[in-house]
Amino acid sequence: MTAIDTAPAGSAADENARRRAQIRRSLTRRNRAETRFRLLGLGSALAAMAFVAVLFGNILSHGLPAFWQYTLDAEVTFDAAVIRVPERPVQGADQSDAEFRAAMLSWQRRLAMVNWNRLIVASVQAAAPGQQIDDRAAVSVIDSGVRFVLRDMVADNPALIGQTVPVRMLLSADGDNWAKGRISRDLPDARQQLSRPARDWIDSLMAQGTVHRAFAWHIFTNVDSRTSPASAGLAGAFVGSLYMMIVVILLAVPIGVASAIYLEEFAPRNRATDLIEVNINNLAAVPSIVFGLLGAAVFINIFHLPFSAPLVGGLVLTLMTLPTIIIATRSSLRAVPPSLRQAALGLGASRTQMVFHHVLPVTFPGILTASILGVAQALGETAPLLLIGMNAFVANIPATPMEQSAALPVQIYLWQGNENRNFFEPRTFAAIIVLLGLMILLNALAIWLRGRLERKA
Amino acid sequence: MSAPLTTIRPTASALDGDARANRISARDVTVHYGPKQAIFDVSMEIPERSVTAFIGPSGCGKSTFLRCFNRMNDTIEGCRVGGTITIDGEDIHDPALDVVELRARVGMVFQKPNPFPKSIYDNIAYGPRIHGLVRGKAETDALVESALQKAGLWKEVADRLDAPGTGLSGGQQQRLCIARAIATGPEVILMDEPCSALDPIATAVVEDLIHELKEQYTIVIVTHSMQQAARVSQKTAFFHLGKLIEYGETEQIFVNPREKQTEAYITGRIG
Repeated sequence: MTAIDTAPAGSAADENARRRAQIRRSLTRRNRAETRFRLLGLGSALAAMAFVAVLFGNILSHGLPAFWQYTLDAEVTFDAAVIRVPERPVQGADQSDAEFRAAMLSWQRRLAMVNWNRLIVASVQAAAPGQQIDDRAAVSVIDSGVRFVLRDMVADNPALIGQTVPVRMLLSADGDNWAKGRISRDLPDARQQLSRPARDWIDSLMAQGTVHRAFAWHIFTNVDSRTSPASAGLAGAFVGSLYMMIVVILLAVPIGVASAIYLEEFAPRNRATDLIEVNINNLAAVPSIVFGLLGAAVFINIFHLPFSAPLVGGLVLTLMTLPTIIIATRSSLRAVPPSLRQAALGLGASRTQMVFHHVLPVTFPGILTASILGVAQALGETAPLLLIGMNAFVANIPATPMEQSAALPVQIYLWQGNENRNFFEPRTFAAIIVLLGLMILLNALAIWLRGRLERKA
Repeated sequence: MSAPLTTIRPTASALDGDARANRISARDVTVHYGPKQAIFDVSMEIPERSVTAFIGPSGCGKSTFLRCFNRMNDTIEGCRVGGTITIDGEDIHDPALDVVELRARVGMVFQKPNPFPKSIYDNIAYGPRIHGLVRGKAETDALVESALQKAGLWKEVADRLDAPGTGLSGGQQQRLCIARAIATGPEVILMDEPCSALDPIATAVVEDLIHELKEQYTIVIVTHSMQQAARVSQKTAFFHLGKLIEYGETEQIFVNPREKQTEAYITGRIG
C-alpha cells in the first residue's frame, strides 16, 4: 500500500487495474478448482449412498420374504387310539411333591413316545381329500417341529384327546422352498427334495388357500434348530447377545470412562502414563480375533469359565470395547475449554470437584454417545466369539450368562454355512435384518440422547 | 461479607486509615516453564484494600506472576515456581496449606468471561456451597443477592436468576464472574485483563466496580491498557521480559518514571 500511496496518481491507477486483472484471472482458476472439488465430493457422497442403498436393498429383498413362511391351516384330530396315555396325574393328598413330580415326568415321557406324525399325516391327507399323498410325503411337507407343538398342546390340555381342532402348521423347509418357488419346477424327480405327490399336494392347497403365507413370529420366539429348520429362530441368540451387552455395559462403560477420566484429569504426565497411552491406542487397532484368543487363554484356560458362555463373550467384548470408549471419552474431555477448568479451580474447587461438577456434565453427551457406539460395535462382533466356543450349536435360551448360548452375529455365521442353502439364505438375511435393526436402534438412541442432553446444556 | 471467613485476621495497621498494611509479599519469585524462565527474581509488597496494576508488553510475564498468588500456575504442566510469597505472613507454598483454601481466600477473574454453563444463581452459589459457607436456601439466597449487589449486577438479573449465565452479555458475564469470586468472601481478588474482551461501555462499568471493591478487597489487576492502570490503580508495577522494572505509586510511574524502560513503554516507544 505504501508503495502505491507514494507513486504518481496515473501509475497508481494503472497498477490497480493490473492487480485487479491479476486477481480476476486467479479467481477463475480458484472457482474452477472449487467446482471440481465440490463435484468430486458430491460424487463420493452419491457413490457411498448408492453402495448403502444397494447393500440395504439386497439385504431387505433377500431377507424380508423369510419373515413370511407358508403354513397349513388344517383340522387335527387328537385320536385317542394314537395318543394312548393315561390320565394326567393329579397330586393326591397323600402324595409328596417328589412323588408327584416323578409321576408327572413318567406321564410326560409317555406323551413323548406317542407317534404324533400319525396325527399330522392324517390331517395332511384330510386337508386334500382328492390328492393321493403317501405317509412319507405327508410327513415331509410339514415341519418336524410341529409334532412337538401338538405334544405340548396335549400336555397343556389333555382334554383335547378325542377332539378335532383347527391347528396352524408350519410347512417344512423343503415345502416352504417349493411354495415360494425357490426350487425349479423343471428339475427331474430324482433331483427334487420333495416327491411328486408332496409337490402336487402343496400346489393344490396353495390354490385353495389352505396353504398360505403367515408372519413367522417363531423367528423371534424359537431357538435355533437343526432337525426342524423351518421353525428355527433367533431367541437364544438374541438373549445371548443381550447378556453380553449387559456385561459390556456393566464393565466396559464404567471402567473405560473411569480410566479415561483418570488418565486425562489426574494422572501425572510421565513415561509410565505415556506408555499406557500408546498401549491403549495400539489396543484399539488390535484385530478383534486376537481378543478372542486372549479370552480363550485367560478366561477359559486360567479362570476355567465355561465355553460358549455369554459371560466370557461379554468379558472378551469388554476388553475389545475398552480402548474405543477410553479414547472417545478422553477426546471429549480434552474438548472441554480450559477456561471452564480455570473457573472452577480459581474458585477453590478441588480437582475432583472440578471434574465431577463442571467437566463431566458438559462432556456427558459425548461420553454417552461413545459408550453406546462402543456397545453397538461389540454387539456386532463375531470373530472373538468364535474362539471362545460361541459358534457351537446351542438350542436353548440361556437362563443365566454362565450357560451356553448363541449370539446374533454368530447365528448369522452359522446359518449362512447351513447345508440347506436354499432355505437358509433368506433366513440368514432375516437374521442380518434383526441385527442391523438392533444396531440402528442403538445408534438412533445415541443420537437422540445426545441431541436431548446437548439441548439441555 | 455475610459469611465471614475465619481466615480473615485484620492486622493492627489495617485499621489505621491511609497507611495500608502490606497484604501480599513476594520475595525473589522465579517461574520456569520447562527449561524457559518466565519470571526473574521478582520481589514486591502489595498493600491491602487498594488496586495494584501490572503493566507491560505482551509476554512480559505479568499474568504469570499474577497466577503465582493463587498458585494457578500449579495447574500448568511443567511450570515451576521459586521464591517465597506470603499472604498475611503465611507462606502460600507451605505444604500444610491446602491450595483449595488458598484459592478460596484469593479469588480470580479471568481474561475471557468464563461463567459456568449453569444458571446465574448456581454460578454464584457454587463457591460458597463447596466451601461449606452457606447452609440452607435462605442463607444461599441472601449470599447470592449480596454478591450480585456488590458486582452491580443485581438489578439486571434479579428476575432471571434461573437463566443460564452464559446467556448474558459479555460485560454482564464478566461482572457475574466477579460476583462469583466475591461470593466466596476472598481477601484478595486477582484480575487477569478483565476488560480485554469487553467494549468501552462495559469496561467503564467494570472499572467503576473495581473502584468500589477496593474499599473491601485487595485487588491485583493485570492490564494491557495503561489508561486503565492509571484510572483504577493506586500502585503500578511495570514488567519487561520477565523482570520487574519499576514498582511505585501509579501517579509517580506515569508522571515521573524513574526507569528509562518504563518511560519508553508508557510513552509508547516499546511494547
